[in-house]
Amino acid sequence: MEAKKGMWVEIENTVLTPEERAPHLPEDTKRVPLKMWVRGFLIDEQARIGDEVMIKTLTDRLVKGTLVEVNPRHIHDFGNCVEELLISGYNVKKELSEVVKGAGDNE
Amino acid sequence: MNKSYQAVMGRKNEIMKKSVGIDYKVLEYGRISFDYEGLMKNVPYDLEDIAKIQSETKVGKTPLFELKNLTALVRKYAPKGKGARIFIKDEAANCSGSFKDRRASLSVYHAKKIGFKGVIAATSGNYGATVAAQAAQRGIKCIVVQEVYDSRKVGQPEILEKARKCEAYGAEVVQLTVGPELFYVFLTLLEETGYFNASLYTPYSIAGIETLGYEVAAEIKEREGKFPDAVVITHAGGGNVTGTARGVLKAGAKDTKIIGASVDLTGLHMASDNDFNKKSFTTGHTGFGVPFAVWPDRSDVPRNAARPLRYLDRYVTVTQGEVFYTTELLAQLEGLERGPAGNTSLAAAIALAKEMDEDQIIVVQETEYTGAGKHPLAQLSFARENGIEVKIGNPEENIPGKTIVIPENLGQMGYKEIDLDDLRKSYIKNAVNTYNVKEVEDVDVEFLAEDIKWTKENVAKTLKEFGVKVM
Repeated sequence: MEAKKGMWVEIENTVLTPEERAPHLPEDTKRVPLKMWVRGFLIDEQARIGDEVMIKTLTDRLVKGTLVEVNPRHIHDFGNCVEELLISGYNVKKELSEVVKGAGDNE
Repeated sequence: MNKSYQAVMGRKNEIMKKSVGIDYKVLEYGRISFDYEGLMKNVPYDLEDIAKIQSETKVGKTPLFELKNLTALVRKYAPKGKGARIFIKDEAANCSGSFKDRRASLSVYHAKKIGFKGVIAATSGNYGATVAAQAAQRGIKCIVVQEVYDSRKVGQPEILEKARKCEAYGAEVVQLTVGPELFYVFLTLLEETGYFNASLYTPYSIAGIETLGYEVAAEIKEREGKFPDAVVITHAGGGNVTGTARGVLKAGAKDTKIIGASVDLTGLHMASDNDFNKKSFTTGHTGFGVPFAVWPDRSDVPRNAARPLRYLDRYVTVTQGEVFYTTELLAQLEGLERGPAGNTSLAAAIALAKEMDEDQIIVVQETEYTGAGKHPLAQLSFARENGIEVKIGNPEENIPGKTIVIPENLGQMGYKEIDLDDLRKSYIKNAVNTYNVKEVEDVDVEFLAEDIKWTKENVAKTLKEFGVKVM
């Protein structure tokens, strides 16, 4: 996708290569680089995913990096149905009607 | 200026001094000691001033509810005459949805007052959102640095939600992969921007929570004619315990038991790329709770104002499954749909209430907001995607990073007690190793005794065990 100046984009940078990382890291972490992602408005006139670009962040910082996303979307959600929780909720409501007078009376 | 990892870490103290405006050196004495109350005196406001500052930005005076249905169900599973009354402080009613608003409100107010153009916080939790919300109201800029992703760029839904919320308040969010070098990035940003370090561990951050402890104790006293018997506090970095306990004491509730509670994540390495997404809780867990109790000064300031061992009477752990179950109980029995992490202390309170007399009062001092990502369904779905088994069963079968067991009923809810004496000994060992001392002065023994709520005799005996002489 092509991005134009002023569009909201996300860039990626490698902050530390595996060799530059701190001592005393667990093995699995030591093998991979420390990466960083920042979002902001594109400064370049136009760019494509993978290009080196400059952005202006919400605090007006200018940051360089590789363009990885245009109009990045928040995609987290409420997840799938978890039957175990539905069952728990159903059961405790039944139990409540046994211990609290009046709860569940109108059934 | 040299921006290499070693060079920036070497400038740590200098950067910190500029960014928090506190000279920690002048507070130090003896071989390892520092003036804790002197540190807290850096906050030039009393409780009344703080409450006023907080009310300006929609923080504090949150509702305190009695959970009568939940208490009734607890009594079904408690021995006759047992089952304390459970109350909850609905901290989700603060402006950005958690007690952390109290921490940030004072830091951001102070940063603005002494002329900083912006604030920076290193946090993947609710604190980022609150610093952003407070900075928005005070008209200063805000950067939040988060540890979000593993090396596949997969992040926990709970942290992704915090990033969204920070951006909603207009903050810049800097997102990183797993690793303690987050601190390095944090330092480079402080150096580049000259912003205020809105650390979770400055005296402002702790003093801001004192109003919470005060409100809890004073309101129970006013409504029930006595102070609470116990206050249960979700424990991670130590600020929540420290600030709340100080507030409880300032209200005059000297006999109220201060109980810390964490989610048990024993066995998962916090800096591990593989383990990162195997936990369902990003805070309130033992991965912070234990290390910060046994050595508070591992934080991002030279001397941490959050010192939980000073105040804890007990420290208990609960399982991830028990906290998710509790979140369901709170919604289905009490009509309060709140975020799971904040319910850690409620899960512990349910188990503790079963052992307390029915005329006793136990207060859970926080709730937090819930929403997409930060919700039991999102978090359990994510756990399943990462190979964790989720099932109904006995919570004792819960294995951090492998199995999340939702209890079959409230009767199965329990807790594990952490021996505070073990933590105290670890603390002393860390103090000895950090300052590399072979001998200490009598004032150091006094300091240690106060810092971990222990007798001087016990401190001296333990020092001796580690080969340290008292001069």
